[in-house]
Order: sequence, then C-alpha cells, then structure tokens
Amino acid sequence: MTTKAFGARVARVEDERFLRGRGRYLDDLAPDALHVAVLRSPHAHARIVDIEVDPVLDLDGVVAVYTYDDLTGAMAEPLPLLIPHPDLTHGRTQYALAKDEVNHVGEAIAMVVAEDRYVAEDAVGRIVVSYEVLPPVVGLDAARAADRLVHDDVPGNLAASSTQATGDALAAIGRAPHRLSLNLDVERSASTPLEGRGTLAKWDTDSGRLQVWSSTQTSTGVRAAIAAKLGLDLATVDVITPDVGGGFGVKIVHPWPEEVLVPMAAMALGRPVTFTEDRREHFVSAAHERAQQHHVEVGFDDDGRILGLYVEIWHDHGAYIPYGLIIPIITSTQLLGPYKPPVYSVTFHSLYTNTVIVTPYRGAGRPQGVFAMERTMDAISAALGKDRADVRAANFIQPDEFPYDQGLIFQDGKALVYDSGDFPQMLDKIKALVGWDEFTAMRDEMRAQGRRVGIGLACYVEGTGVGPYEGGHIQVETTGKVKVSTGLTTQGQGHETAFAQIVADELGVRFEDVEVVTGDTRRMPYAVGTYASRAAVMSGSAIALTARSVRQKALELAADALEANVDDLELRDGVVEVRGAPGAQISLGTLAVLSNPLRYAFDEASKAATQFSVGDPDKVPVPEGTSPGLESRDFYSPPRSTFASGMHAVIVETDPDTAEIKILTYAVVHDCGRLINPMIVEGQIHGGVAQGVGGALYERMIYDEHGQLQNASFMDFLMPYATEVPETIDIDHLETPSPLNPLGIKGAGEAGVIPSAAVFASAIEDAEGITITRMPISPSELFDLRRAHAGSDDAVVAALEGDS
Amino acid sequence: MTSPPEILAPDALHHVSLTVNGAAYDLDVPARRLLSDALRHDLGLTGTHVGCEHGVCGACTILVDGRPMRSCLLLTVSMDGASLTTVEGLAEEGDRLAPVQQAFKDCHGLQCGFCTPGFLTTITAGLEDNPDPTRDEAREMIAGNLCRCTGYQNIVSSVLRAAEIRRARDAQGPASREDQP
Amino acid sequence: MKPAPFSYVRPATLDEALDVLGSDPHAKVLAGGQSLVPMLSMRIASPTTLVDINGLAELAYVRTDEDGVRIGALARHVDVETDVDAWRVQPLLRHAMRLVAHPTIRNRGTTLGSVVHADAAAEMPAVAALLDAAVTVASTRGRRTIEAADLFVGPLECTVRPAELALELQVPALRPGSGAAIDEVTRRHGDYALCGVAAVVSVGAAGAIERVRASYLSVSPTPLVLDLSEAFVDGSASDANVDAAAEIATGAVDPETDIHGSADYRRHLAGVLTRRVVRAAHARATASDAQGAR
Repeated sequence: MTTKAFGARVARVEDERFLRGRGRYLDDLAPDALHVAVLRSPHAHARIVDIEVDPVLDLDGVVAVYTYDDLTGAMAEPLPLLIPHPDLTHGRTQYALAKDEVNHVGEAIAMVVAEDRYVAEDAVGRIVVSYEVLPPVVGLDAARAADRLVHDDVPGNLAASSTQATGDALAAIGRAPHRLSLNLDVERSASTPLEGRGTLAKWDTDSGRLQVWSSTQTSTGVRAAIAAKLGLDLATVDVITPDVGGGFGVKIVHPWPEEVLVPMAAMALGRPVTFTEDRREHFVSAAHERAQQHHVEVGFDDDGRILGLYVEIWHDHGAYIPYGLIIPIITSTQLLGPYKPPVYSVTFHSLYTNTVIVTPYRGAGRPQGVFAMERTMDAISAALGKDRADVRAANFIQPDEFPYDQGLIFQDGKALVYDSGDFPQMLDKIKALVGWDEFTAMRDEMRAQGRRVGIGLACYVEGTGVGPYEGGHIQVETTGKVKVSTGLTTQGQGHETAFAQIVADELGVRFEDVEVVTGDTRRMPYAVGTYASRAAVMSGSAIALTARSVRQKALELAADALEANVDDLELRDGVVEVRGAPGAQISLGTLAVLSNPLRYAFDEASKAATQFSVGDPDKVPVPEGTSPGLESRDFYSPPRSTFASGMHAVIVETDPDTAEIKILTYAVVHDCGRLINPMIVEGQIHGGVAQGVGGALYERMIYDEHGQLQNASFMDFLMPYATEVPETIDIDHLETPSPLNPLGIKGAGEAGVIPSAAVFASAIEDAEGITITRMPISPSELFDLRRAHAGSDDAVVAALEGDS
Repeated sequence: MTSPPEILAPDALHHVSLTVNGAAYDLDVPARRLLSDALRHDLGLTGTHVGCEHGVCGACTILVDGRPMRSCLLLTVSMDGASLTTVEGLAEEGDRLAPVQQAFKDCHGLQCGFCTPGFLTTITAGLEDNPDPTRDEAREMIAGNLCRCTGYQNIVSSVLRAAEIRRARDAQGPASREDQP
Repeated sequence: MKPAPFSYVRPATLDEALDVLGSDPHAKVLAGGQSLVPMLSMRIASPTTLVDINGLAELAYVRTDEDGVRIGALARHVDVETDVDAWRVQPLLRHAMRLVAHPTIRNRGTTLGSVVHADAAAEMPAVAALLDAAVTVASTRGRRTIEAADLFVGPLECTVRPAELALELQVPALRPGSGAAIDEVTRRHGDYALCGVAAVVSVGAAGAIERVRASYLSVSPTPLVLDLSEAFVDGSASDANVDAAAEIATGAVDPETDIHGSADYRRHLAGVLTRRVVRAAHARATASDAQGAR
C-alpha cells in the first residue's frame, strides 16, 4: 500500500535548485536587460516646483528618463485604490511618478533607464529637482492633532472612521462591578524580506506580447493592473512569478509604480528593462505596518469574565491608502481572539501621515489587536489578583459552541463565524508545554540567585483562507508525469511540495511524478494571491478538487478500456488496476493517450495504447460534455474564512543591571486544522516567532520630526540574527479540522508572529512588576521605565510578589 | 622619488583574472564594480544573492581562498588572482550535494532560499575550522547571517547535521568527500 | 546602492602608494574595505582615487616580541585574533577582536584600518587608546609615529593626514602583574556597542591594586580613557571601590541619545560595565597561572 503523502514530513522538492544556486529570482533573469534607478523624494512633504533632467541625457549609457510629464492615458492617473469600502470616504493614492507634490521620503519622482544600475544611479544623482518644502505630519499624535494636513483636501487627515458593535458596550461596562481603561500603542515595523521588490519586462514586437516577471505575491493582480494602465488586452500580457526571496505581505500591493513603469519603458524602448530595488529603497519606498494606538474600556465580573468591551483604534496608514481599510478591520475583529465578550463595540480611525504607505505585513493588524486584548486580560487578572490563565479560560468560547458567530463583519465582507477550535484543551497544552504551574517555584529559586524572570501568555484566533477563490489545473502527460498549476504565488512556503502531496494522494500517483507551478498567468490566469494564510486552504482545496475530477476521468476511461466497472477499479502509483484481476491494468500515461482522440504514435505510451479501445463508435470522438486530454481545471470558493488559533507562552529573564531581555523558554500550541506537511508548518511557526521576537524586542521604523527614516539600513533596523531568537521553540499541535473545505485545513503562514508583542509584554511585566503599555521595548526603554517606576513608589517589590 | 603609477580614468576597464569554483575567468571591469555584481552579472553565477549591499545580511557571502567574505564589500578589481568558491561550486563530484547542502535539505533549513547561499558558504568554512560544533557553536557559526523565513532553528540543526554527514562520509573513505577549497 | 566612479591604482611598492597619496588629496587607501566599501556604495564617500594596498604583501604581518605586538597595515582582524604569540603578550587584543562585528567581516577587515577609521563606537580605537598604542605612518616626506593619545580628534577623524599611509600599529605588551578585560552591551550580537568598556588593572607585588585605567566606546566623540586608580586607594577590589570607580566613569562619560539608546542609559551602562571589566581584569591580574591571567 502506498504511504499517504498528506500529513507526512516530506522533504521539499524546491530545495535542490536553491541549494545548488540554481534558483531563479528576479534579478537573476535577463542578463541583457536595461536597468532602472528611481529618483525618490528626499523630503517628507513638498511641492515639486521644477525637474531638470537635461544634465542626464548626455551621460554615457543612459537610455531614457521619465517624469510625470511623460506619462499618458491611464498611466497619468493615480494608481488604483484596490479595496474600496463605504467608510473610506477620503481615499488617496499616489501617481506612478509624483505629480506636483510628494508626500513621503522615498516617493518616486523620476525613473532613469540605463545600460546598468551603476550608470542609472549616476544619472539619478544628476537630476535637479526644485522643491517647496512643506511641514510634514509624522506620527499618529501629529495626524490626530491635524494642525497640519498631509492632503489639503482631507480634513483631519482622516481617510475613514468605522464602527462595528454588537450592542451598547459603554452601558454594559457602566453596569459591570469592575472597570478598567487602558491606552496601548504599537510602533511601525515592516515585512523586510531579504529580497526586495523587482520587475522585469520584455516586449516582443514579433508576437505583440508583453511578458513581465515580478517579485510579487499576486501575478494575476499585476497582470490586470498592467493591462489596464498600459491599455493592453489582458490576453496579450503574461505575468510570471519567478522564485521570490520572501514576501511577508509587502509584495501583495499591485501595482507598485515600478510594476507599470518598467513595462511601459520596455514597450517604448523595445528592449528588456529590469528594476531591482536595493535595500535602502526598500525601507523608504515599499511599505510598513503595525503603527496603531488603542484605547480600551472594559467591564468585568469577579471571575474576570468580560461584561462589556469598548475599543477605539487610531491607525497610521502612511501617505496613501492603496490597500484600503483591511488592517484596521482585521484589528477590530480579530482582537476578540478566543473570547466572547457579550457586548463589544469598536471604532477605528485611519489616518494619513507623511511616511511610507502601510499595507499588510504578516499578521496584518492581528498583532496589534491581540496586544490590546491580551494586555486587557492581564490587566483584569492583575486587578482581581487572579491567575492570568484562569481569567482567559473564564472568557473562552467553548468547544460545543462552534460554529461561533461573533456578530461582526470580517475583512472579506462575510460574517465573523469561527468554524472550529478547542481553546480549553489548547490552554491545557500550552500550560503543560511551558510549565505554567511550576513557574512560581522556578521564579522564587531564580530570584534567590538575584535573577529576574517572568512568564507571559497570549492567545489568538486568526481568520485564514479568505476567498473569493483559487483554481487548480492538472494535466497528466503521456509519460505519466502530472503537471499541476495554481495561480497564486510562492515566497518560500513550499507550495511545490505541499500541493504535490495533496495531488499524490487525491489522484493516486507517485509524489515524485507531480510537478507544481505557481504564479504563472500562462498556466492559470484566474487567481487571487498569496496573503492571509490562504494558499493551503484555497489552492490546496482547489487542487484537491481538480485531482478528484482528473481521477474520475481516468477511472471512467480505464473502465472503458479495461471493460470493467468503475467501482472495481483502483488507482495508485499512477496505475489503474481491476480489483481481483491481476494483470488487468493500465497506466495514467496510457490513459492520457486514450483521452485524446488524435493519436499519433509519438511515444511508447501511444504505442501501448493501441491495444485498448475506448469511446462509443456511435458517437462523435469528443462527445458533448467531455473534453480531450486527461486534465481538469477546477476552482474552490469557500462560504467564508477558516479560523486557525494558537497560544504562545514565553519565559524571559531581564538583567537587573543592563535591562537586557533574554528569552529562556518559548512555547507554541498551534491549531491550523489538518497538517499537510508538519515539517513545513513548524518551519512557518519558527519563522513567525523569530519575526515576532524582532517586532517585540528589536525592530521599529524610527522617523524624526522631519519625516526622515532614521534607520533605513540593516545596521540600524535590527532584524534578529540567530543569536537573538529563542534557542529552541517548543511546539505542540492541536488539530480541529475545518468543516469548510474538503481537506479540513486552515492556514498557517502568519500564525507565529501574531501573539509576540502581547506575550513578551506579559512576560516582561511579570518579571519587572512594571505595566507595559507599548511595544516594541528596548533595554534602554526598560531602563527608563524602571527609573520612572522606582521614582513613583516601591511597587516593584509589591508587584513582583504578585501571582503569575 | 619614483614617478607615480599611471592612474586610469574612473570609467577605464581593469583586467582581472579570477578562479571561481575551479574555473579560470578573465574579465574587464570598471574599478567600482562590486564583486557580487561581477559574479552575478559578468560571470552569470547568480547563485550568490545580494540582500543589503552594506555587509550586514551575509546573503552574498562567498569563500575567498577558503575564507568566508561578503562579496558586496569587495571590489572586483582588488580580487585579481584570488580563488573564489560560490554556492554553485559547493556540490561534490558527480553533482552530489555537499554535506552542508544535504543537511539543509534534511532539516528544512531553508524556505525562500534567498539567504541560503550565504549560509552554505559560511558553514562550509565553519565546519573546516570546527568539524564537531556544539549547538551553541553552531549558532555562533551562523551569527553573522540574516534569514527572514526560518527563525534559524532548522539552520542550527542543519549545521549539526552537516557535521554528522561529513563524519559519515569521511568514515566511508577520504575520496568520498572532496577537499574543501 | 552602487559606488560612484573612481580611479583605481594598485601599487606594487610602498613608494608608489605614497606617491599617489601625495599627489591627490582626495585619494583614499583601500585595505580591508569593510567600512569603506559600504560608504562607497551608499555614496557617502566619493574619493577620486582608491589606492589599493592589498598588493603590498610586506604589510601583512603580526610580529610579537616581549615588548609588544606590531601589526602591519594588511594584517586582517582574524590574523590578530588567532595569533598565539600576540595572545600571550597582549591578550586584550583577542578579547576585543571577538567583539568586532562578525567573523566574516574579520576575515577581510584590517586592525590598523579600524584604528585609523577612528570610530568611537568601535573596539579597536578604544583598545589602542587604552593600551597606549602607537601608529607609524609614512608619506613621501618620511615617516612619523603618532601616539594613541594624539591620534583621535573627533568622530571618524584622526590625525593621519590624507597624504599619509598608516603602516603599522604598535601595541605594548601587557605588563606583568596586569590584567585586561573588555565587555560591552550591544543590541544584537555583533552590532556596534551601546556602550563598551575595556580596562587594565595592575597590581603590585603584594597583590594590591596600583593602577586602573579604562577605555570607553560609544559614550564620547572619541575613545575616552579614564584613570580610575583614585577609587582604589586602599588597593582592594572591594565593592565600595569598584562602585567608586563606576561613579567616576558615569560622571566622566558624555554619551548622546540616539535611536538605540538614551544618553542616561548609556551612562548607566558605563558604570555597570566598569564594575564588570574592572573585576574581570583584576581577577586576571591576580590569577595564579598564565591561563587565568589571560
């Protein structure tokens, strides 16, 4: 019996090429291409008075220079607002090249095309721009104060305010026996993949086709954007996603200015043109996320059970808002986590600032929401003197309450209904894994040695696998090889392996015979994209459905060829056999020949097929309702999102002298439904946790009052090295299968990063006895907090003697 | 006093001879050409990746006469006569994956693969210096390379696994593992 | 991030190198390039000509005798770090070297280059200042030796003139009865220090502390060397004395607030690290065996 591939720790098929240096990333392609460099605004807010490009044109190796004045038709219009929303009353987007005004340092103003990047940068340095510098709006406090405006026609810097409520939360809070209010802040950070953005375009004058390669999370989106902007028929544009060196959200926006400018130049110049973003550009011209302020009001009973919850959120979305309100909507809804406050009201305000645009970064608003909710849980526990785990348990949705309707509208416009989960069991698991009940003894022992330790806990629920759809296409070749494609893209998640595992099982072929291609519009022109932990759910399900229909087609053909009943057939390892009739068999390759009435004997499979006869001689060769070829294209479209969940716990040690924060233990319990490949899922968790450590303790985007990003380099934007992440990450899985899709899976991509800010705040607060209200936190800030706290009273000692 | 050496114009080409992965290359480059760019764009060895161009991420790490160095911090023109090993040159005879490469595959030590070449070269040299590292030493060995995908857990495991594979291959006979550069 | 154009010359002799440097005030020396090349790529530095001294093999040496260690302009950090004789004679070099960036950088970066780059956040200038090292420089006019005390004049600024090439760093041996230590607090492993302290503690025959000097990174515009001896008047390494030394340090340093840490925090660290390194250096000064003394 063939081993099941689904659920196995199968080694990745994509590794061979990466390990040998044979990956093909954007900048590896087209060695003959012209190179682009972009002149970017040095000012956060300015009017462009004049641009002088003449000094550039006579520079050896410069081929072309473009400014806004060179843009025509749709290219001269602002870039699209991708996701409109009725509450988004003041949406503004940028032009591909700045028109009259720049609104953040790094905004594209002019593009140079040259023989190589060196010369292109020389040319950019020679362009002379005169600016009328305007005062910038930097940070949420300035945006809310609105003494200055980012866009003259957007009063209060406010793009949108939006409210959702399940009742009168303030009234419920007013009636509660206990009340708290908290102000909680999270700072800016960013996805920061090791490979920046990049786009290559070739215009084939012979065939009249435009081919574009982009380091993107959505090739179909890029394709549609290019066709619209350049006035091309969709059918003449191909977008191909090469190997992508990480995305984490930032590569979902489409189109980036360069994604339409580069094809425009390639068409105009008749030569391949490529743009490879460098690291400094990535910091100031891609996208950031996370900056939000939260005000929480909560009322609760003696057990810590929430009776009413009111939250107000101020979201910094940067200079423009191409991606709409997705992030604050996610914060507003996913803040609830595994809990069920009887009355909840949330309002968010999305505000312009003169800083880099904000689009989803792994977690996408959830880390902030979880931070707000879990800080609230800890505050309730502290106020009542109760165990933090017990207070959480008192608020859990119970296993018999699924599907659970939170009474809100989620980011996909559908009802926020949790499909499955088991939070009490998960809490038991995380407590056991981290040693929650033993921690008090450990802390006492370490304190006796003069060491300061604390434990933290954070829970989350993550809506994954949002629609509307993804597709799969499977074709069996006459060699028996199985060619699979799906339209969404891959940035390291191992889709070639995981999807092949699904096909191997569902179709009944050897894993080795399956080859998966993603993100190529030539192979699958209908797709949405890779974000929101949706690839496994959406494309995995679509591919499973497709495999099932190819299997059905194969079995029907085989039944005809072998003169047997379909129910008596078995398909495994690529061969159909008649049960109980040894020798009566036919391979998928031969069936692929038989599936096509045009049978030239090109290969061995064709010759082998001559012994079989299929089809009704009384019908036409391709009867109605059938199609030639052993292939199928199917789509999966879910009723609503799946909901994964998890709990993290961490034990930290803080240095009493230097305030350095060290991670002693990190534990994760994770429920993403059924696991396709546990090895890959654990890898995703590891990476998410490391990114979460970065976001909690190291990484932030630091703007000065002039809107200059102070740390636009890997020297100063402190992504963790191996020495900054936990030495081990203890993982336990819980599998509550989703009832919404054929495989019972939920998403896993973003999970690891979601509770990090919350769990570290909880643990540091526990170690120090000082309330933590903003993240990230550095040793210098902890030192400042200690001094401020020591100045107030001797609450440190008192709090350190509280419960865990 | 001798006469100063002739100084060529900034855009002049300089002749450089290099050995890369055992093969000899001659190229003419301007003085400012970074070695990372020469490898990738002049020699077509695109396995070496560029992640930051300021020497912090380690993706572009190659071996220069056996020692790991950042190719984005080296000028091609300064490397005349050097012997370089890039990720393309790590596999053993018969195209068998080298121990470090095999270990990354065994341990899921890579995801998007962009930083991987720099880790592979760094660890290849690291295991020459310390063939039997502890987990702490393994972590220290990779402490100068950034990875955004893996959280490093499986990379540290890969270092230990690579040491194991090296020992196993050595035990099978000296011919079973190529001499490192 | 690509360098602007520059001319390049790779002299075959020292004289040739000095001729170019003497004739072009905007020429720059390329040795390890681990600080220079990123500055070129970011177009922060735009020299007319790079004088690549990597062909001058005679400058690639680490020579040790009982008086001290002489480090040629082409000695890489790794050469100094792994030199057993240098370790024996002046152990602080290796201790400090292990805190310099990451091994990959140390494989190419030069120790003398780091000293004359004069970054007050870097380890080597602070160590050179603490140990009373000297730098011999050459130009077409001849050679001169600059004592460390006269070397550092401002952030990234030292008294080596544009026409001069730094040839050799001379680091005196650690005297018998002395111990040295260095420690620092960084954000990430391998980053520039938020604050770092190196110290040498010297004890007399009876084991009493006679002299304590410490050098500070990242808390002043140039490496700051403090004589802390007055805190140890009774010759003991008592908590009170060590605290007094830390107090001298926190009073003397002049840190600035930057994106990684406040001035107050850095000043506080200067005290914390002073305690740590003075204790460690004292333990080495009074160790009974040679191993412990290093």
